[in-house]
This record gives sequence, C-alpha cells and structure tokens, in this order.
Amino acid sequence: MKTGLPKWLIAVTGVVYFFLHLPVLVLVVFSFNDSKFSVDWRGFTLQWYQRLLERPDILRGLKASLIVGGAATIISAVLGTLLALALGRQQFRGRRVLEGFLYVPIVTPEIVTGISLLLLFVLLKFPLGLATITIAHVAFCISFVVIVVLARIQGMDENLEEAAMILGADEITTFWKVTVPQLWPGILSGALLAFTMSFDDFVITSFVSGPGSSTLPIVVYGMVRKNVEPSINAISTIILLATAILIYLADRLARAK
Amino acid sequence: MVPTSSPDNRSVVQLASVSKSFGDVKAVDNISFEIRRGEFFSILGPSGCGKTTTLRLLAGFEEPDEDGGQVRLLGETVNKKRPYERKIAMVFQNYALFPHLTVARNVSFGLEQRKTPKGEIEGRVRRALEMVRLKPDVFSSRMPGQLSGGQRQRVALARALVLEPAILLLDEPLGAIDLKLRKEMQLELKALNKQLGTTFIYVTHDQEEALTMSDRIAVMDNARVAQLGTPAEIYENPRTAFVAKFIGESNFFDGRVASRLNGEWEVQREGGGSFRVPHTSNLKVGQQIRVAVRPEWMDVQRPDAVPPGENALTGTVKDIIYLGETMHVIVAVPGAGDVTVALRNEGQLIKPLAWKRGEAAAVAWLPEDCQILEED
Amino acid sequence: MPAFRERALAWLYTRPQARAWALVAPGGFWLLAFFMVPLLIMLVYSLMPRGIYGGVEPGFTLEHYARFFDPLYLQVLQRTFAWSIGCTVICLFLGYPVAYVIARSQRWRTFLLFLVVLPFWTSFLVRTFAMIFLMRDTGLINSWLLKLGMIDEPLTMLYTPFAVMAGLVYGFLPFMILPIYASLEKVDHSLLEAAEVLGARPAARFRRVTLPLSTPGVVAGSLLVFIPALGSFLTADLLGGAKQVMIGNLVQNQFSSARNWPFGSAASFIVMALVLAAVMLYLRVKDRSAGGAPPL
Repeated sequence: MKTGLPKWLIAVTGVVYFFLHLPVLVLVVFSFNDSKFSVDWRGFTLQWYQRLLERPDILRGLKASLIVGGAATIISAVLGTLLALALGRQQFRGRRVLEGFLYVPIVTPEIVTGISLLLLFVLLKFPLGLATITIAHVAFCISFVVIVVLARIQGMDENLEEAAMILGADEITTFWKVTVPQLWPGILSGALLAFTMSFDDFVITSFVSGPGSSTLPIVVYGMVRKNVEPSINAISTIILLATAILIYLADRLARAK
Repeated sequence: MVPTSSPDNRSVVQLASVSKSFGDVKAVDNISFEIRRGEFFSILGPSGCGKTTTLRLLAGFEEPDEDGGQVRLLGETVNKKRPYERKIAMVFQNYALFPHLTVARNVSFGLEQRKTPKGEIEGRVRRALEMVRLKPDVFSSRMPGQLSGGQRQRVALARALVLEPAILLLDEPLGAIDLKLRKEMQLELKALNKQLGTTFIYVTHDQEEALTMSDRIAVMDNARVAQLGTPAEIYENPRTAFVAKFIGESNFFDGRVASRLNGEWEVQREGGGSFRVPHTSNLKVGQQIRVAVRPEWMDVQRPDAVPPGENALTGTVKDIIYLGETMHVIVAVPGAGDVTVALRNEGQLIKPLAWKRGEAAAVAWLPEDCQILEED
Repeated sequence: MPAFRERALAWLYTRPQARAWALVAPGGFWLLAFFMVPLLIMLVYSLMPRGIYGGVEPGFTLEHYARFFDPLYLQVLQRTFAWSIGCTVICLFLGYPVAYVIARSQRWRTFLLFLVVLPFWTSFLVRTFAMIFLMRDTGLINSWLLKLGMIDEPLTMLYTPFAVMAGLVYGFLPFMILPIYASLEKVDHSLLEAAEVLGARPAARFRRVTLPLSTPGVVAGSLLVFIPALGSFLTADLLGGAKQVMIGNLVQNQFSSARNWPFGSAASFIVMALVLAAVMLYLRVKDRSAGGAPPL
C-alpha cells in the first residue's frame, strides 16, 4: 500500500518511470507506423517488419549473432560452471586471486576490453571474424555465468552429494546424477544470461569483427548512423522482445527450486 | 574403554585411538570404543562436542589424522575407504532426499548403484516403504517437495534400510520434527532396530531421547568420550561433573576427605558442615572431591528432624517451583549455592508442601546416593 | 574401464589442489589468455612510440601519457569526469525517491522492481537509438512541441551535452535505484517506530534514521553509476556527435580515423586505471559498511 507517502514523492516516481520507459515504448509503437519519415501516426502497418526479411544484411547479421551467441553460450556455460564448482566446493590456494580475476571483466569498460583484444589478435595475426568475436564474448560472459551458478551451488544442500556417496555412487556418478540435475536451472539461467549479453553486445564486437562478420548489433548501428527508416524501429523491437523473454526465463530459472 | 586385543566377533564397529583435527582444532581427540552387533548405540553431547565428526568418520566423509588411529567396520580397517566403498547406510539430519527424483527413485537409488536386477528393485522398494509405514501406492510417485517433514524422514529411512545394511548411521534425524511425532518415531526406530537386527548408531544432543532409545550411550564432551555405558549407568552413576550436569540435573558438593568412620568417609566442606560418602579404596585422607546428587534422591527436612544416617546441610528455602508432576524446592545452602530438591507432587490443593520461602530447612540424602566425580 | 576410473578418482581424491586446478584450468586459461594478457599487451603498446601506419615501433616512451597534460586532452578527461559526476548526482536525486517508494510499497513492489530491472537488461544500443528517435530534430519531442505550437522551429537536443547527459542518466539510473532500494529495504522498521515513540515527526525520522542507514546503498549506487559512466562510449558517440567527446570516444578515435594505436592504448589504460581506482574505493567502503551494499 502506498498509504502515507507524500504525493510529490509518488509524482516524482511516476515521472521517473515515465522517463525510463517512454523512449522504448515510443520506439516500439512507431515500428508499426505507416509512414517512412514522419513521426505523425499514419496508420498501422507491418511493412517495416516485412522489409527486415528482405534485407540480406539484417538476415546475415542475425545469422552471425546466433552462431556467435550459440557458441559463446555453450563455451562460457561449460567453463563458467567448472569455475563455479571450483569456487563453491573446493579449497585451494589462489582462490582470492581467481575471485579478483573474475570481477575484472565485469568492471572493465567495454572499450578497453575491445581494443585490448584487437591488439592481441593483430599481434597474433589472427584474422578477425566470427571466431574472434566468439572468443571475445566468452571472455566477458564467463564471469556472469560463474556468479549465477555459484549462487546456485552455495544454495545447494551439501548433504545431497554425501547421501549419494553413502548410497554407493562414486564422485563421478554423484556429479552426473545429483549435482548436475540440481545445478541445471542455474546453469541454464547463466547460459541465457550469456546469450543475451552476447546477442546485444556492440562495442566489443565492433573492434574484433572483420568485414564479413557483422553481427546484428553492428548492422543496426550502421542503420542508426545512416538514419534510414522505421525498419530500425522494427528490428529494435524484435531485439527488445527477444531479450526480455530470455531475461525473464533466466530469472525464473535462477529462482527455481 | 579400550577395545580388547582380540576383538569380540560381536563388535561391528571399533574406533581405536581415533583423532581428527581441522587445522589446529581437534574435533575428535583420541577416542576409542566398540559397538556391538544389533545394538542401539547413541552418541550424545552438546553441539561442538565432536559427535557429528565421529559419525562422519564412520561414514567416510572425514578421514582420521595421519597418525590418528583406526576406524574398523566389520573387522576391516576402513580409514582410507571412501563412503561408497563402505558397507554402511546413513540417515541425514535434513533428510537429503534427491529433490529431482520421485520417492521410489530415491529409495531405489542405492540398489541401482549396486546394479540390483530391476525386477528385484521394485519389490524391495515396496517392502521398504511399508516398513516405514508409507503406502507404496500412494507415495511412490510423489516428489520430496510434496511431503511433510515426518514423511520425508521416513523416506530417508526407507532409502537406507532397503539396502539391508549391517550398520545404520543416524545423524540427529528427529531434530526438525515436532514433539508428538518425534516420540512416535523414537518408538518406531527402536522397534525397527530390534526387528531387523541392524546396528543403529544414533547421534543426538537430546539426552532424553538417548536415554529412551539406547542400549548404550557414549557421552561426548570436547572431543572426548566422557562416559560410556547403559542409560542406567550414565544416569545413576555419572562419572564426571559434565555428565552429571548434561544428563538430568545434579547438585554438586565439594569437600576434603577428613577421616574414615564405620565404612564411610567423612568429607569436610569448606563453608562448614560435612557429609558422608560410602567407602571406596580410591579415596585418601586429605583429597579434594566433588560429588553429584540428583534432586530426586534428596529430601527437605526440618533442620532438627533429619533421619539418622542421612547427610544433611542446612540452609534457607529460596523458591518453590511447581512443575506438575514434581515440585522443585530450591534451598540456598551457604557454600554450596542453590540446591534443588525434587519432591513428588501429591497435590498442592489437598496435601500442600509444608515449606515456605525464607524458612530454615535442611537438604538430606543418603550417603550411597553420592556420585563421586572424576576430573573432567 | 572401471579400474582406470577408480585409480583416477583415488588420485584426484588425495590431491585436493590438483582437483581444484583441474576445474579452474580451462576457464582460468581463457580469462588469462583473452583478458589479462590483452590488457598487458595494451599497456606495453602504450609505452612504445608510434609507427608509420599508426601501429608501434620498438622502443620505450612515455610521450603518449605525457600528451594527457595537453589542454586538449585534459579537457576530455575533465569533461568525462564532470559528466560522470553530474550523471551520478542526477541519478541520485531521481533514483532515491523511486527507491524509497518501492521500499515502502507492499502490493506493487515486485511489479515496480520489475519495471526498473527491465531496461537494465535490454540492449543498450537499442535504448540509445530510442533516445535519438525522441530527441532528433525530426524526432517525436520536436514534432509534438511544434504541433502544440510551443516552439517555432525544432529545438536542437541531439548532439548537445544535454543529450549525452540525458542518455547517461537514462542508461544508468537503474544501477542507482536497485542498491538504494536494497539498503532501504533492510532498514529495521522497529527503529522507525522507536523514533516515532520518542516524538520524531516524519521528516525528522527520515533525516535521522532512514537516510543514514541507507548510506551504504547510496554509496554503492553512486559508484555503480560513476564507474561505467567513466568508461562509457556509445552514449557520447551516438548522442553527442563529434563535439562531445568523452575519454571512451577518444580511445575509439585513435583506432579508427586518428590511427594512433599507442596513444589510444595509453588513453584506454588511463580509463582502466580510473575505473579500478573507483572500484577499490567501492570495495573499501563496502567492507566498512554494516551490510546493505549489494554484491557486484
């Protein structure tokens, strides 16, 4: 109940929420506007969405994003889960250092990550393309997977693994039959998070992608720079919707028992 | 109690000078005892005393220190054996049922690990569930999340018993269960122990529970075994102040052995007064001793009307507490603190106690009811 | 091969360090090779002289760092700082009331939180474009203001400092709201009731109980806004145009048109150093606070 709250406070809150959501709402609404240049409402249309399907650059970008996203997600999910298992269940020297290492990708500005990776690939004479993008994405997604899976491990009943062992299951069997099923929602949640971040990434990708390997955000950036047509609104809406669904699922999974 | 050099073939578990440290802290300090086949053996103590660590050493979740003795199960030294290599079953405090498996799959988990043929598994699971009084048809396909605490505990028990183990470890299994159900389950566990002949090793901090259910109890304090014996021995002949305090209630009296008289030692108290203790050869004149006397072995008398032959110390009645079945009369005795005497309540409304606060009174007890205590 | 498995398990079991390192190795290697090493390379680059095509030549020089004392570049640093701080302050004044309202709501709380978190996770690029759509000369705001007759010609909103600031606040506001909400939510209501019983009125109760107790959240939120703002690139790039340059844009510039990779590396390193300094500050403050700052 909001009883007892002064009216001005509620008003300010309302304004802030309005400000936070107006731009996106407007964007979405106008993706259906039947007018190429004007911001007057001329009627409902799906033509801009249809146009997207006709644009080879968008389709290629989508394909690239999905390939990179898929690969980066799987790799970071596996690596991140292994790291989380080490942090959550093992005692070892160098723990603190690892924890520190894991936070660096989270605080590092994307621009710094982007150019440092570019320098690496140039130094190694590694051609820029989907592979380099994938490598970069994994590098910054691992930490997020670790955080999500670690939270799940820490919430997990330790006795379950012991119960399995006293019932005759060795460490490997226990891992597959008890630990993984328990961690699964967390792993999936981390994976979805990783996919979302990979799919949406622009800055880092722009530095490590080559001429033929533009992901969707890079294509969209080009469209924004050239200021073309409401198709941008359409693709933006699709991206927003996809992201929102993925995040919602990731959140639900992270909370699952 | 040190195990004999040629172990009894009745003993299924032997701990020989076992120690376990975590860093600098010794959780289990040089303990040795034996557990016999079919026994209901409890390990009792307050939190932090090492009882859970002892159980975990038996299960294999912890290993004894490098030169920290031997753990022997069914005659074999198992120090280095992993839990899944030991033929032992366990029920955990918080049940540890696998949340992603049905009740039936939970119970059959151990059988599956042993590669028991499928046809056999179903029958054994049914019988195990029936043994813990859960109808298989109703419960088999339920998930642990759908069960109550008591039901989960039964499933955990079934999961262990279905393996027909020689030894069953139970780690405070009834802790999270409400009182009435707990009493029921105590009786069921005891019945199962007798019915199946399985050795039960039961860890608890609840002394009443241990006294009710056990054939023998090991009372642990601070990583060591303070006393090991039957419930009667533990209760009626506590050996240390810790045991006397932890199990039931005790009053303590200190004094110096003064002289011998008619087969009894006379013990002088510092604050004045004395009491008598039956003769034992361990005591010497001049020795400081401490005795424990349980409230229910004492009586309150008028200072001049103490029956002959009984010990008596005078003081003032401090408080009278109504407990239903008993009355506790607290008498402040100089030099001995507050002495609690438990008297049967014969009905305060028809036959009230004669004592009032502030009155002079003497606490009295028989010399043979003195429990001479060892150093802790 | 059961025997192999047993032996492997036994070996791993007796060596907890080996076990742990087996798990850590793949991910750890990736982070080392593709995060730490690149940063090191960047540092080394920043200390080498510029080569003909914008790359590097062998040698050692501090000239790239020295260039930051040039007023042109100092200005960029100052502007970045100023905008980051400005953004933080605005977010604080807008965000605190919102956090307060959410913390005080019962029925609407989950919904309100969801609405705050949602923009948090959607594509930054898309959201920034949404701002462009609103603010450009042919954008929605201008079109409505013109139609309502409130202005005669379009207001220039885009490519101004105002646009960048608006974009920064829009992007980072949720980072301020959530930590403040978290620490407000933890405030023990019985403290407020005690204050009330002792005669304090609502404003005084807020000032003397709630506000001080929410300090950890305020500090956390401020740093969670300030740190990414320092390193931000996209906002100034799309909303600010060529004139409103933050240090992130300066860095990007050196790798595209200006073709001065070592200088760009030095600039990048400076951003990184500033960010790390702010993070250290955050961690020190978090350790000292009595709980209330959320984990990063």
